[in-house]
Amino acid sequence: MSRLSEKNLVIAKEIIARYPRQKSALIPLLHLAQEQSGYISKDAMVHLGELVGVTSAEVYGTASFYEMFRFEPIGKYLINICGTMSCALMGAEELMHHAEKRLGVKAGGTTQDGMFTLAHAECQAACTEAPCLQVNYRYRLRVTPADIDNLIDDLQTGKLSDEIPAHGVLSKVRQVIPADRAVGAIAPELVTESPVWLNGKAAL
Amino acid sequence: MSTTFKHAPGFVSGDRPKIVTSRFEFADSFTIERYLATDGYKGLRAALTRPASEIHDEVKSATVLGRGGAGFPAGTKWGLTPQQVWPRYLVVNGDESEPGTYKDRLLMERDPHQLIEGCLIACYAAGLSQCFLYIRGEMALAQERVATALNDAYAAGYVGKNILGSKFSVDIVLHWGAGAYVVGEETALIESLEGNRGMPRLKPPFFPAVNGLYGQPTIVNNVETLANLPWLLCNGVAAYTAIGTKTSPGTRMVAVSGHVKRPGVFEIINGITTFRDLIFGEEFCGGIKNDNKLKAFVPGGGSAPWFTADQLDLPFEASQVGPAGSMLGSGAVIVMDETTDIPAAALTLTHFYAHESCGKCTPCREGGTWLERIMRRIVDGDGTDADLQQLLEVGAMICPGDFPHAANEKLGLTAVPFPYKMTTICFVGPSAFAPVHSALTLFRSEFESRVTKRVTIPVTSVSSVKTVATAGVHS
Repeated sequence: MSRLSEKNLVIAKEIIARYPRQKSALIPLLHLAQEQSGYISKDAMVHLGELVGVTSAEVYGTASFYEMFRFEPIGKYLINICGTMSCALMGAEELMHHAEKRLGVKAGGTTQDGMFTLAHAECQAACTEAPCLQVNYRYRLRVTPADIDNLIDDLQTGKLSDEIPAHGVLSKVRQVIPADRAVGAIAPELVTESPVWLNGKAAL
Repeated sequence: MSTTFKHAPGFVSGDRPKIVTSRFEFADSFTIERYLATDGYKGLRAALTRPASEIHDEVKSATVLGRGGAGFPAGTKWGLTPQQVWPRYLVVNGDESEPGTYKDRLLMERDPHQLIEGCLIACYAAGLSQCFLYIRGEMALAQERVATALNDAYAAGYVGKNILGSKFSVDIVLHWGAGAYVVGEETALIESLEGNRGMPRLKPPFFPAVNGLYGQPTIVNNVETLANLPWLLCNGVAAYTAIGTKTSPGTRMVAVSGHVKRPGVFEIINGITTFRDLIFGEEFCGGIKNDNKLKAFVPGGGSAPWFTADQLDLPFEASQVGPAGSMLGSGAVIVMDETTDIPAAALTLTHFYAHESCGKCTPCREGGTWLERIMRRIVDGDGTDADLQQLLEVGAMICPGDFPHAANEKLGLTAVPFPYKMTTICFVGPSAFAPVHSALTLFRSEFESRVTKRVTIPVTSVSSVKTVATAGVHS
């Protein structure tokens, strides 16, 4: 039941067409599947395999390497608390303990109501703003335990639903390459000549 | 455009030359309108009015150093592609995830058009016919900003077919990852872009410039490296090399985090600015938090061996930092003050690298995990003095021979220069050992005071057998 929807299938085909080899589209497509269901189901992997011409085992092989892909439902909001050096120096452990206590789950667990999954995360590239966390990959910086309480309250009451979509949705903007502007992807074996602008002359 | 949240903070401007951060002061710096109003796409236009080879030579003579970690000059890298093999690709490495590093995300979020223009100049100069812009999966805002910028740039004729009405045509495809540190390694990035598990490829013999994406010549450049190109093309080589030193021209982005008064990201003058300026200078971090004493600092991202106050006067110059026993890496300084629990701090990094090991090379997969487990038991108070030796032995399996470290006057240590030898394909394995080795070399007493001493007891004496029982018990 969680093959890609009609709408997402159109997007998927557009994405695949951008690459000289279809399999390159796999990670973006896995994100699309995760966006649709919040996680990646077996059916979705079978479907993606059909789309890019590999087996579902190969799809799983790739997907299982990457931390962001989930293969069973998790909370609507994934709270990733960074614990790498800069954040650790600035009190990340205390934050994690506080979040664990507040949510009543250990790191890696999901609350019973299916709202929150709490996880320990590695460096999120916000080291000067430590300690930091991400909720569905949206940043919260220089976080205090009180901030965590407020954040959880706001998520529970739906105050942040405009800013933070449900787990699975990453960028809210998609790249669209207009047909009349696209150069188009060509399989490498079909390219035999040097690019036309490498003729020793100025292009303009 | 609708953006879902505000600029990421962190950048601190100053009275210094600005090459890549010139638009950061504008609230709308990421829009095409602002970009065009501030000399945007002028560098591209200038490039297209000259033959591609001239542009390549210009970048080469400016010595634009790679800003991703290795510091290899971009122009030279472009020249490593084999003659007459087509197509060639450009892959932009926006998978910033080195602990302490925070610059590429800023550049992508705040000035995506500058990056796009840099990509176009690189493609034109090196004859690269398609560009893949790989952004780290966790950076949702950067993805939104770059996607919007690309959509606008396509519509305005700056990307795609016949750019600015010229013969130059190139597609830039936005691609994004899904959470794996190792993918920042260029061959792993290519594997990931091919839809595979992101495991580094064996090299040598084949570097990506010869055999990369789909087996074709591929240039992998860091976001910051490419972001330098529009300014270079607008202002010329002389203006670029006038900033910084001969071997390290221009500026670079550096993030200083940890125990400082004002942590932040700065665009500093390359080759001249010292660590002392950065950590204590009023225009930078303004000293250690609570006026504590400096204990140690990581000079170039989590992978780099540590420095102490003895090395504060070194400038951001690879030819000086290397012989001193560390590396500049990706422009990330992490500062630890006197209150820092050194073994625990080192453990956070070792945990990171052990966790991020892709599992391809045994010394990293097994060794990293061993290092983490031994470190954890030392930090938890369950270690013995034999563990200290064990750490070094496991480390020697990943990096045989002398591991680089800094000189230390108090300890009577002389520097062992960078780089190290390694038994793994990429730097994740050695990186797991680097913090352990630095911590253990520079702060051995902190480990010794934490471990239980094991005593060898002669079996002949009954009374000493009793000692065995007590010696094994931890206090």
